[in-house]
Formats: sequence, structure tokens, C-alpha cells
Amino acid sequence: MSVTKKAVEKKATRAAFGDEIVRLGESNKDIYVVDIDIGKSCKTDKFIEKFPMQHINVGIAEQNGAGIAAGLATTGKIPFISTYAVFGSLRMAEQIRQEVCYPNLNVKIACSHGGLTPGNDGGSHQAIEDMGVMRSFPNMTVIMGADYHSTRKLIAEAAAMYGPVYLRFTRDAVPMIYDENETFEIGKAKKLRDGEDIAIIANGDTVRLAIEAAEQLEQNGISVKLLDMHTIKPLDVEAVKDCLDIGRIITVEDHNILNGLGSAVAEVIAEAGKGQLARIGVQDRFGESAPYEKLLEINGITVEDIIAKANQLLTN
Amino acid sequence: MFSTPLVIQVYKYMSLQEDHLGTGVWHMQQTSVEQLKQHAIELRKTAVTMVYEAQSGHPGGSLSAADVISALYFRELNVDPTNPKWEDRDRFVLSKGHVAPIQYAALALRGFVSNESVYTLRQYGSPFQGHPDMKKCPGIDISTGSLGQGLSCAVGMAIAGQRDEKDYRVFAMVGDGECQEGQIWEAIQAAVKYKLDNLIVFVDNNRLQIDGFCEDVMPLLDLEKKFDAFGFDTTRIDGHSMEQIVETLDTFAKQKNGKPKCIVCDTVKGKGVSYMEDQAAWHGTAPNKEEFELAIKELEGGLPV
Repeated sequence: MSVTKKAVEKKATRAAFGDEIVRLGESNKDIYVVDIDIGKSCKTDKFIEKFPMQHINVGIAEQNGAGIAAGLATTGKIPFISTYAVFGSLRMAEQIRQEVCYPNLNVKIACSHGGLTPGNDGGSHQAIEDMGVMRSFPNMTVIMGADYHSTRKLIAEAAAMYGPVYLRFTRDAVPMIYDENETFEIGKAKKLRDGEDIAIIANGDTVRLAIEAAEQLEQNGISVKLLDMHTIKPLDVEAVKDCLDIGRIITVEDHNILNGLGSAVAEVIAEAGKGQLARIGVQDRFGESAPYEKLLEINGITVEDIIAKANQLLTN
Repeated sequence: MFSTPLVIQVYKYMSLQEDHLGTGVWHMQQTSVEQLKQHAIELRKTAVTMVYEAQSGHPGGSLSAADVISALYFRELNVDPTNPKWEDRDRFVLSKGHVAPIQYAALALRGFVSNESVYTLRQYGSPFQGHPDMKKCPGIDISTGSLGQGLSCAVGMAIAGQRDEKDYRVFAMVGDGECQEGQIWEAIQAAVKYKLDNLIVFVDNNRLQIDGFCEDVMPLLDLEKKFDAFGFDTTRIDGHSMEQIVETLDTFAKQKNGKPKCIVCDTVKGKGVSYMEDQAAWHGTAPNKEEFELAIKELEGGLPV
């Protein structure tokens, strides 16, 4: 598809989880939500109201939440653990490894407050390494949708597939990019633009930045290929390889430049032995309390930074 | 959900088409205390032999847990060796997963796997992994091995049973040393909150962990009182008295009163092999040939009363 219209409406992708999990719970009584106290913030309140018998709240006890979800999954339930990304990926990391990924159980970890979006909560709450940690576990699928509709579709896809999935959402509202009829496949990049001069591969809340950067680059006569790589594991390796002829690739992510999308793409490029890569993302440092947009700016994750990197690669 | 590939894998490895299945109905209620005691000795011999053959594994805790395991597998657990994934079965979670040899011995004697196959413990390709693996071994309800985690899984299974209005029960065994893990207490809180009277937790209270006595490494104080204070129905028994184990399972464990049950079993690590008893050094050590022969000889002589 090609994105031309200016996106205006904004919604947090955690709201997509809140809405989609209700739809899923309605049609499938095996869908469970395991809350870890912060249900309101993670938008599970509608689900709780409608399906109390498919809901568990373990209180402030992430490790137990992960174990209970694993136990539920052994009986055929499809539990969605709901919490913040920093806790869902780290406080329960070993439980996810041992009791979810190792036995390959059908547990989904659905996390709000991904990346720098919990800006004013400070560095303790900004999940900058979560997708990298999850990507390291065999059997795990790792996903972050770019906007409300794509996130809903990807949650539905995650519920429909068997196996552990880590889903990451934004706390903050991000622009709507896709219309609600757009379809998404886990592990398959969404091509937003085709181009010849440079390829931009973005995911999550940075896709909107990449779209804007691509539009401005096009206005300056630079032809941009743009991919929404919503799934970083399994990575759409073919889609990355298709960028190798262009040779100049930029990754953009709201995540540490280590171990996330940038690293996953770098692995493909390095093994192919051709192509030039620039990674835009969190510069391997902890955040601090600040508005989300300010934190993006500090880490060089802005439209201007993407354009500057593109120009730099083109002059090399 | 894993039954097809799993059974194929086990068959392929062990060529067990003949004796793996077809054990049929086990007349559990007819198993006498004397028979359970005899089975416990058999389980001990098998577990020690497995560890000897592998020259690797955990004999100490396997021996302390043997009597409860015997009572569960040969009297209490409503399971079907011909259909290990039967959805209405009772569940058993070995949260202290390192004592897998004693569970494997029970699975063999109960007919889930062949008697010979368990001696492949810890070998490449064996379904009998160092710690229980639900994907490889029939009869394992959840993979365990990292201490403190299995009880949470048992709670999840019990909640599912309660919500689905199933009659099955979930039995879990934790170690006393394992109760040093904070997650155990998180699981206990949830079991009480959700009124899981279909959950029965055994504490194998053998007082030892790798580095020595729990009392010295990190005192657990009175686990019976602690479970009670957290809201469990709790009792304490001699974990090597088959009479007490059976009596507790027949009465205490069957109360449907909205409370999860905890049975603190006072046990002796290494029970039944004189030189292993109460020795932390036998937590994870394999016997040599002489030690092994002595162990089997002692076990064949029966347990001292």
C-alpha cells in the first residue's frame, strides 16, 4: 500500500489491546487475561467487566502471573498476561523462558508502556531492551504494531497462532496509519512505499516518523522504500534481502539499538555481505523523566534525524 | 496438544510399542499400605540405579520424596498411562524438578513408560531429561527445573479446573529449600485468593539444600505455621510413614472447604541409603560402583522402622 493522506487521528496502541481482547474474549471462552494489578492502565477494564470468569488478577507479582499463565495454557486456555513492557520482559523473564518458551506453551505477553512512551515515569519504566530480551528466547514471537488498527489485527493473529508471543504497545497516542480493513501477517513486513535510493525499515511508534521522513525525502527527489517491520521475530528475512540491491538501509525503532530491530536487520545484512546500514534508536543509555517526544529527540529518533541519516548514506 | 509427536518420539527412541501402552486400569483404591511401601522401595532402587547409570543426577531429594510419590502414583492420582494428556486427569507438578528420577521411576512402574527406558536418564535423545520436560516425557504435566516456579503453574492448572467445573485435583511437591524463593509465596497468596481447594501442596521438608542445612543457609522457620498464616489448611506428618501419608490423603486432603491444602512432610534427605541420609553432599552426586551396590543392598533389606 502507499500512504499519502496526512494522518490526523491519534490513539494509543494499548487501547487497541483493550478493544481487541474484548472481541477475542467474546468469541473464545478460552481467552484469559492475567492482570498484574495495573489493569486499568493496560486497558483490560472492559474485559474484566464482561468476562470476569476469564480474568485473573495476581496482584503485584509478575513471576507468579507468568507461572499461572503457563499452568492455564497446559489446560488449553490462551492466557494474555497484561502488564508494562519493562516488567513483562524483565521481572518475569526467567519464568517466560522456563515455563512458557521452554515447554512452548500458548501464552501471550501483552505489554503496554513500550519503549520511551512512559516518558514522565522516568528511566525505570521505559522499556528499551524488552524486545531484545524476548528475541533471545527460542519459540518466542516478538511484535509491535505501528498504530491502533494494525495492533488490533496483530493481536488477533497472535491469538490465532499457537505459541508464545510478546506484544508491545504504546502508552501514548500515536497517529492512525492504516485503515481498519488492512490485513497483517505475523512475520511478514508491510511495504508502505517502494523506492530505489534508500530503504527505511521501522517498527512500532517510529513508523509514523519514517512515513513523514520518506515523504520529505521524496519531495527532494529521493526515492524511498519503506517497510513496517512489525514482527522482529521471526524477522521477514526475505523483505530485508529485497532491500540489499538498494544497498542503503536505515532502521528506526523506539528501542535500544542493541538487540532489537536494528540488530536483527544487521544480522541479515552482515550474513549477506553487502549493503550499508544505519541504526536509529535509543543510544544504549537509560532514559529520564521527560515528555516522550523530548526523549525521542534526545536519542536522535526524529524525522529530521532519519532524513539526515539518509542524506549521509547517499553521499557516502 | 503435544501427544502425537511426543509419543512418536518416545517410541522411536525406545521401541516400546509393545510394553509402553495397554497397562489398563489401575485399581488404585485397592493398593494397600504394605504395597505402597514396597513400591516406594522399588522407586528408590530405580532412582538410585538411574543416577548411577547416568553418573549424574540428584539422589538425596529423590529418596526423601519417594514415599509421598509412591502414595500419589499408586493410590491417589487419577491418571491414565494410556492417555497421559487426558483432560480430566489429576495433575502432578514436581516443583522441585531436580528430583525427576523418583518421578520417572513412578512413571515407569505405573506404566507410562517402559521400565528399561528410564535408565537413559540424562543421555542425548532421552525423554528423561535432567529435569522434567513435558514435551519429551509422557506423564509430565509441566516442565520444571528452575526452583520456585512450578507451584505457580500448579495454581494456574487449579484455577482452570475450578473455572471449568472439573473434578480433577492438582498435586504439587515443593522442597523446603525451594520455599526460600519469593515466587512460592506469591503462588500461595493466589491459591488462597482463588479458594483452590483442588490444590494440594506437599513440602518435602528434608531440611537440606546444596550448601548445607536450610537452617544455616537461610532459615525457613516453621513452614507449617507460615502456610497456615497465609491461609492454607495445613498439617504436618512424618513423610516416611505410609500410614500417615495415606490417612492424610484420605481425609485432610479431600476437604472441599474453599481452602488450598498444605502437607508439610518431615523427611530425611537420602532416606533408605545409610551413607546418604542427612548428607547435603548427596544432593546432586552419583554413587560409584561400591556405593551403588551397597545402596541397592540396603534398600532390598527394606527401610528401618
